[in-house]
Amino acid sequence: MRRETFLPLVGVAGLVALWYLAVWARVVDPVLLPPPEDAFAAMVKGMAGGRLGYDFWRTVERTAYAIAIAAVIAIPVGIALGSNERIYRSVEFVIDFFRSTPASAMFPLFLVIFGVGDMTKILVAAFGAALVILFNVAYGVMNARKTRLLAAKVMGATRFRVLTDVMLLESLPQTFVGLRNGVSLALVIVVVAEMFIGSTDGLGHRVFEAQQLFEMPDMYAAIFAAGALGYGLNLLFLVVEKRFVHWSGK
Amino acid sequence: MAAATGVQAPGLAAAAAAGAAGRAAEPVHITIRGLTKHFQGGAVYDNFDLDVPRGKFVSVFGPNGCGKSTLINLIAGLIPADAGTILFGGKPLRETKIGYVFQNYREALFPWVSAWSNIEYPLKLAKVPAPERARRVDRLVAHLGVKIDLKRYPYELSGGQQQLVSIMRALVVDPEVLFLDEPFSALDYEMTLFMREQLQRVFNETRTTMVLVSHDLEEAVYLADRVLLLSRRPATIADFPDVPMPRPRSDETLSDPAFVLLKGHCLEIFQREVRKA
Repeated sequence: MRRETFLPLVGVAGLVALWYLAVWARVVDPVLLPPPEDAFAAMVKGMAGGRLGYDFWRTVERTAYAIAIAAVIAIPVGIALGSNERIYRSVEFVIDFFRSTPASAMFPLFLVIFGVGDMTKILVAAFGAALVILFNVAYGVMNARKTRLLAAKVMGATRFRVLTDVMLLESLPQTFVGLRNGVSLALVIVVVAEMFIGSTDGLGHRVFEAQQLFEMPDMYAAIFAAGALGYGLNLLFLVVEKRFVHWSGK
Repeated sequence: MAAATGVQAPGLAAAAAAGAAGRAAEPVHITIRGLTKHFQGGAVYDNFDLDVPRGKFVSVFGPNGCGKSTLINLIAGLIPADAGTILFGGKPLRETKIGYVFQNYREALFPWVSAWSNIEYPLKLAKVPAPERARRVDRLVAHLGVKIDLKRYPYELSGGQQQLVSIMRALVVDPEVLFLDEPFSALDYEMTLFMREQLQRVFNETRTTMVLVSHDLEEAVYLADRVLLLSRRPATIADFPDVPMPRPRSDETLSDPAFVLLKGHCLEIFQREVRKA
């Protein structure tokens, strides 16, 4: 392997070194900042059949449901809105407004409507992600290369064929941007929801509970698990995009 | 309107370098009458008449912004006309098979499928069954002697190869008319020369009526049977001379005195129109 492959590890090593330094110099109370190996041990123990592993998969499950619901609704609606610019312009402000509203502000409303169950957490996350996906899909469709649409038209494609054969594929790279941003947002919302809305499981609950019980290695382990999940989801979508949208950026 | 009679006017025909004699018998393919198109800036075409001969290669040349591309876009139905009629051998556009080659091949081809699938796409639209589609693409490839790996995606090909794929996509339906909007202007000089020869070969083989917009006078004259010289806006026919040089043409054609004379004549008319501003 080439030397460049290992470059990202330099930052990781630096972070661990800083952590050791902080522990050694007692910058922070040792109860609040245990040495790295304690947090690492807690993570291994938790993920290998412990509570942390269970909570991790609960969060994955909720995020997956949220993004699935969001995609199923937002992609068709985004295409419909994007293919008719006049309609999109008429609802653009509403979409932009709610896209800019912190989804966490919607928790109380969703709680009143859907109760204190899993459904509420999933739906708030889906709501936030759907707007991000919708916005990107609609712009992907609207920004379809005009020449390509004309080329299809001059070859005799009907409006419907132009939509299915050109616009849809043209919008795919932007749709993936929406999906990646959407899944990040969904994860944030799910984790926050798990902390506060009467939860008994999930990574958010794990972080919060560990903090309440002063089980600091567990708390750091849960934080890193959440980080790994976010990074992994983004990577997953990037790999899928590279595989299916091979022409992206070309 | 000078344009209304310009095509057949004996005075203008005589001004052309040669070949006026055979013109009366020339069958007309595209008949344009009273074509009118206004943009925000004013009229681009105002009651414009033109006859495009059948089975001939017509190059369109004129000052910047005079509406060269607009003309073929109007004829090909890419933009709607404000008024006027355009008939292809008496038929309207919707009953006519046309091919169109865009200047920007990168944005005209479909990057999500292979070059082969790009070429076959118009046949798919026409609901031609798959075996027949394959047969027709194969025939076209053999006919043109194309040596490109068509299984590749368009973005994996060179600029010239991509434009060749667009030309094949336009030709695969055996169009009655092929429109080309500055097809080689995004290519480097070496590739442009190569593509000119390819296009000339396609024309010699198929004798499809072709209308080429060009910003290169030498290219316009070299490829054409007739050069349509447009005036400034609103565009009228400044001249429509024959190019009587025999085909296939080659580098020697470029130094043929008759060719040089005709090119000079076209340049003179072009300069005159440019100065009118």
